[in-house]
Amino acid sequence: MNTALVSLISMGSMAALFAFGLAVASKQFAVEIDPRVEEIEQVLPGVNCGACGFAGCANFAEGVATGKAPVNGCPVGGASVAKMVAAIMGVESDGPKRRVAQVLCKGGLAEAKQRGGYDGPRDCRIAHATQGGDKACSYGCLGYGSCVAACAFDAMYMDENGLPVVIEENCTACGKCVDACPRNIIMLVDEEQGVHIRCRSQLTGRFVRQVCTVGCIACQRCVKVCPTEAIYMENNLAHINYDKCINCRECVAVCPMNTIEWQEGKPVLERVAQV
Amino acid sequence: MTLFTILLSAILVNNFVLVRFLGICPFMGVSKQVGSAIGMGLATTFVMVVAAALTWVIQWFILEPFGLPFLQSMSFILVIAAMVQLVEMFLHKTSPALYRAMGIFLPLITTNCAILGFAIMAVQNSYNFIETVIFGLGAGLGFTLALVLMAGIREDLEFADIPKPLRGVGIAFILAGLLSLAFGGFSGLV
Repeated sequence: MNTALVSLISMGSMAALFAFGLAVASKQFAVEIDPRVEEIEQVLPGVNCGACGFAGCANFAEGVATGKAPVNGCPVGGASVAKMVAAIMGVESDGPKRRVAQVLCKGGLAEAKQRGGYDGPRDCRIAHATQGGDKACSYGCLGYGSCVAACAFDAMYMDENGLPVVIEENCTACGKCVDACPRNIIMLVDEEQGVHIRCRSQLTGRFVRQVCTVGCIACQRCVKVCPTEAIYMENNLAHINYDKCINCRECVAVCPMNTIEWQEGKPVLERVAQV
Repeated sequence: MTLFTILLSAILVNNFVLVRFLGICPFMGVSKQVGSAIGMGLATTFVMVVAAALTWVIQWFILEPFGLPFLQSMSFILVIAAMVQLVEMFLHKTSPALYRAMGIFLPLITTNCAILGFAIMAVQNSYNFIETVIFGLGAGLGFTLALVLMAGIREDLEFADIPKPLRGVGIAFILAGLLSLAFGGFSGLV
């Protein structure tokens, strides 16, 4: 009886002591958590793919709750997830941004230098794998329309200049044309983006001029003029970071080769600063 | 035994994970990245050192005088659980990234048998207060060492060509066995 009593008292007082200590500590180390973060995380796909630009679903959820990320920023979840996230945040959402294919080459029959010798099948993949087609540029569009053939939505056609054109209303961003192009000229880009550097050549300026009249010669004027530092040079080629581009068209105006192109009808963008 | 031999013995010769095979669960669970392995190791070390001091006080000022040694496991677990709660709150406040990286394994330090094991061993060896704390520190550092070694190897394993049936946990257990064999080389040092 005595042992039981002593046990009860000693253990009970120890437990009470720790409980008190922890209660004080929990006040001291209290972390304010936005309950919406957890709710948003629950509706996200949870694969931590990083396609949203954040390190994982948890970080994205936090970004949404703090206003750093758009509610429709999860490309994997699509419209259904965007709707649920928007409901948690108490706003309206029209689903994730629509993307369309962009052809990053302007070197059609008129601009790109032709060379003789190729009489193989009129197919981009075969031409690329064998002699490299009719054009002197080894980076540009081959012009045989394999992407157009791959498109299942009638969203592409070849124009009279021998270049594929995307009909953006029909494009579903399925990526078939991207896969079909052996020279990686086609890219899926947010529909709202209107400024594109339409060249993939990694040659230096001198050699670009020898094969094409509209290729990027790596003069860097666009890099210098860009107000948001959206353009950078890599391997003698200007690249555009669509996350930063605001469609201001400064680069379009200074490009001496007219490589950078502005698509009429696209909106001027306001960016939320990304951390 | 000098304090140094106690420390060395706990870290290398009688390493809690690789020689005594205590605390295998977090050893397998949190040894995928060196960063989180270090965090887990330090959190466990902290819990061990604080638990060492508290369990010694409880053992020699409460349990022994009142004739309650049968309450040893229960009261030790109480101490450890309280300490883990404290560490968890502290980490959540100061390092959310580490908190997330450790995930479920952080509250599971409570049931990490290495901690209860070292506390009971310290009592069995009749260590005094300083020796118990040093023993706890050594046990924690040994645990950290094993975890970081394992994590370093497993990071490199990502790029290795491992036979399909062994990928993941399989190769990790083989690794643990090899590491354990290597630590066997320390026996007789102290």
